Amino acid sequence: MAGTNGSTKEKIKKVSIVVSKGSLEGVYPGLIMANGARMEGIEANLFFTFFGMEAIMKKRMNNIKVATVGNPAMHIPSLLGIIPGMSAFATSQMSKEMDKLDIPPVPEFVEMVHDAGCNLYACKATVDMFHLTKDDFCEQVEEIINVGKFYEISGGGEIIFT
Amino acid sequence: MSEVLAAKVELDEEGFLKNPDDWSEELAAELAKEVGIDELTDLHWKVIHFMRSEFKDRGQAPTIRRIKNSGGVPIKEVYRLFPDGPAKKAARIAGLHKPQGCV
Repeated sequence: MAGTNGSTKEKIKKVSIVVSKGSLEGVYPGLIMANGARMEGIEANLFFTFFGMEAIMKKRMNNIKVATVGNPAMHIPSLLGIIPGMSAFATSQMSKEMDKLDIPPVPEFVEMVHDAGCNLYACKATVDMFHLTKDDFCEQVEEIINVGKFYEISGGGEIIFT
Repeated sequence: MSEVLAAKVELDEEGFLKNPDDWSEELAAELAKEVGIDELTDLHWKVIHFMRSEFKDRGQAPTIRRIKNSGGVPIKEVYRLFPDGPAKKAARIAGLHKPQGCV
């Protein structure tokens, strides 16, 4: 089975990706990986938990931002990162670059992965903790599920935590 | 990969045309069979022709998002028309190189 090059290795058939962070850099990798999986004909599930749920909440999904504080890879001092508008500025710069690569804004991306056949779920524990209901989520969210159901849904595939 | 096809045109190791100018509609139908699509419908052709015109204008195969936004074919349809790997399959049938982007 496992050979020395990609073509002879067993193909991944299914991935379940957990999105646990609500910053732009926390949300995009999961969306790109789920979308990329569907593009390769791989079955994909997205499970949003904790602040990752911002990406699928109607009132929040339009306003996902880059973290400019506590993010050493931004290469700006944290003291500058706290200036009002800094996060919005960094986000808008990054969004422009992503648009050039045809990477859509979060709400369109959520719709895109859903239309590509990826299933989207919200985490029951977080929903209860923040007193949310199904109505708080965009229409692409299939169901609010607990961790047990998540493992059930993920059966026979790979799980990726982001 | 069919040897008949390989004898007619130059293909890379993954079955993509080496030279997009070798493409013809007859060839597209044969390439489609290679990826398991027996019949190309009008909507298939809409995607294929859009991909070729994008490649001509921009030098690369369009993303699925562009096929939706500029080509006017909904994403659900693109996945239905070219199941199990739409961007690659459509690019291969359209005689283009393998798409290099991540989306």
